[in-house]
Amino acid sequence: MNQPMHFHPADGFAARSRAAVNDAGQRKNFRGAMDFLQAKRRAQFPDADELAGLRELGATIRRYSLAHLPRLLEQLEAKLTANGVQVHWAENADEANAIALGIARRVEARRIVKGKSMVSEEIGFNHAMAAAGIEALESDMGEYIVQLDGEAPSHIIMPEINKTRQQIAELFVDKIPGVTYTEDVDALILIGREQLRRKFAEADIGLSGVNFAVAETGTLCLVENEGNGRMCTTLPRVHIAVTGIEKVVEKLEHVPPLFSLLTRSATGQAVTTYLNLISGPRKPGEKDGPEEVHLILIDNGRSQAYGDELLRATLQCIRCGACMNHCPVYARIGGHAYGTTYPGPIGAIVSPHMLGLDATYPLAFASTLCGACGEVCPVRIPISDILVRLRNEAQARPGSSDASLRGSGAARTKLVSAIWRGWSLIYSRLGLYRLTSWFMSRGRALSPIEQGAWTRSRTPLIPAPKRLRDLIRERKP
Amino acid sequence: MEPGHGLARNYPAKPKNIYLFATCLVDQFAPGAGMDTIRLLEREGIAVHFPEEQTCCGQPAHTSGYPDEARAVARRQLGLFPEPWPVVVPSGSCAAMMRHEYPKLFADDPALLAQALELSERVFELTEFLVHVAGFRQADLGPACTVALHTSCHARREMGSHETSAALLAGLGRVTVVQQARVEECCGFGGTFAMRHPDISEAIVSDKVASLRESGAERVVSADCGCLFNILGRAAKLDEIAVSPAPTLVGEHIASFLWRRTGGAEQ
Repeated sequence: MNQPMHFHPADGFAARSRAAVNDAGQRKNFRGAMDFLQAKRRAQFPDADELAGLRELGATIRRYSLAHLPRLLEQLEAKLTANGVQVHWAENADEANAIALGIARRVEARRIVKGKSMVSEEIGFNHAMAAAGIEALESDMGEYIVQLDGEAPSHIIMPEINKTRQQIAELFVDKIPGVTYTEDVDALILIGREQLRRKFAEADIGLSGVNFAVAETGTLCLVENEGNGRMCTTLPRVHIAVTGIEKVVEKLEHVPPLFSLLTRSATGQAVTTYLNLISGPRKPGEKDGPEEVHLILIDNGRSQAYGDELLRATLQCIRCGACMNHCPVYARIGGHAYGTTYPGPIGAIVSPHMLGLDATYPLAFASTLCGACGEVCPVRIPISDILVRLRNEAQARPGSSDASLRGSGAARTKLVSAIWRGWSLIYSRLGLYRLTSWFMSRGRALSPIEQGAWTRSRTPLIPAPKRLRDLIRERKP
Repeated sequence: MEPGHGLARNYPAKPKNIYLFATCLVDQFAPGAGMDTIRLLEREGIAVHFPEEQTCCGQPAHTSGYPDEARAVARRQLGLFPEPWPVVVPSGSCAAMMRHEYPKLFADDPALLAQALELSERVFELTEFLVHVAGFRQADLGPACTVALHTSCHARREMGSHETSAALLAGLGRVTVVQQARVEECCGFGGTFAMRHPDISEAIVSDKVASLRESGAERVVSADCGCLFNILGRAAKLDEIAVSPAPTLVGEHIASFLWRRTGGAEQ
């Protein structure tokens, strides 16, 4: 959503996550989907050594690309321009939408048909176009369903993952004139496709994302399964691609390993149905393709992550969604509870740069730090380390060296800081520890039976009558 | 990547002496697991030294976003192990903290970093030490029983010790290990996560309790007290509020289970 600066998507995270946890139907949907996706991914990587090697290669390519990012972006712009693609730079969401709107107005566009693009969600593209009286229609089946229902995606790869086919069937009957109720998945897809098919021909502009932008050749790679991406980028007379500045790689040969990691990690597919390599507008004598191709390269806070040694790894992401598919928290609360465009572990680490840490820090705490996300990440982003770092930043003393991000220190409270200072004092002074732990053991009969959140769900934790150090002392002759 | 893949390390020869870093949870809440750890190691002919000044590894503050407070506590532990003996920890989570997080915590201080790196090389999770260093091979003397093994996330992903815990159980002739569904999934404890996000934590641990009950195991064992307290505490609470309670889920630290099964008297 294209929200004003004061919008805090993570406000109300606790309430939303509580509601989600108590929604038994949705919990079941997500659990089933997560189990399915985990099994699909596992089946794609039977050989641990091959996976380890491929992940290392993927991580190295992404780290290399980021290490040379300024040069590669310049090279990309030069090469694309030579190929006839018009390159635009946008510092934030508003700039990106303004550029797209400028193009739309110039070509007198009334309808835009969209391939799947999370960056377009990030910048609130559909709302910005609607505000200008331009229709932006999603053509990816999942995104189409979500748009039909007036919702935001709840997953970056499978936006409608929160819905059962019964819910989708009801939605179609409700929203599409003349549709009769069916729970048959193929029939449902056919209904959606018939609706979309006409729209491709009617659209003035096709909008797409970019999975990889190749600097050396000026190629935009688009990974998809439904063919709608190819329709969007070839049928309308103008194609606009939007992407984050981090998506660039240097060479075409860098794409296959990343492509393989992406499809196997995301949907458990060896390859997708389509891999589009877009290298420019229709040339003289060619029979199809758009007359104009534009690329809008968007920063939207990515530079902040780029400037920090650890946080830069956030930009290695290739948006496969494996981290959320394996996250025990995401599996319980789903995507909408996060309140951000990107949910799950990747959402928690990328959103602070886009929206400010003050608006998003609860997400950094919404993790058990179990490490499942980092374990499956195809480009080896140290997600747990980054989550801990964001927790540090969120509670840093304003003005201290630990506070380096937009919105750092927003979660700091005097009470909690004092509690941790006290804790640190007790556990770093043996005398104090010995005293408090002795009192806890000897006074165990006085241990509180109500232990806040712990005993709401569990029996109380009561100290043992004697500490280990007491037992050790007693057994010595 | 398979859990623990790429965590291979070099193991020393079986030593005459080791340090025990028992962890704050064991010291205060599960001293029996600490004593059984000592007994297991002593029976292998290893002298166990318990530095009295030890308190906590510092992980609670570290994962809660208070690095200065974590460093102050961690720094106290750094100096407690002057001899070059292995440091054995009956917790995968605390062992991972000392092995992997201490060097990150002290990255900006060359002297402390050197100390942290040196310590990191000789920190071992208990079951890892028993299998790879002590060469633990004791005969199972207990009656036939079925157990489920719960491995903490840090033990699995940072120490690779789910394999050594499993190996120790596999070495017990009359113990059948059954695998609960989603064995690799977190129990929902996550330190202060359980307090900060009680609803999500409860949802995760309830699923863990259910999968352990469905496994049919007579008991659950784990090398991490944090997970055990979370899982068993939730199971007991569910029994309290249930109209017709499910069979009680019992469990213990793997050190206590191993000691009892291999002839150690209950003390």
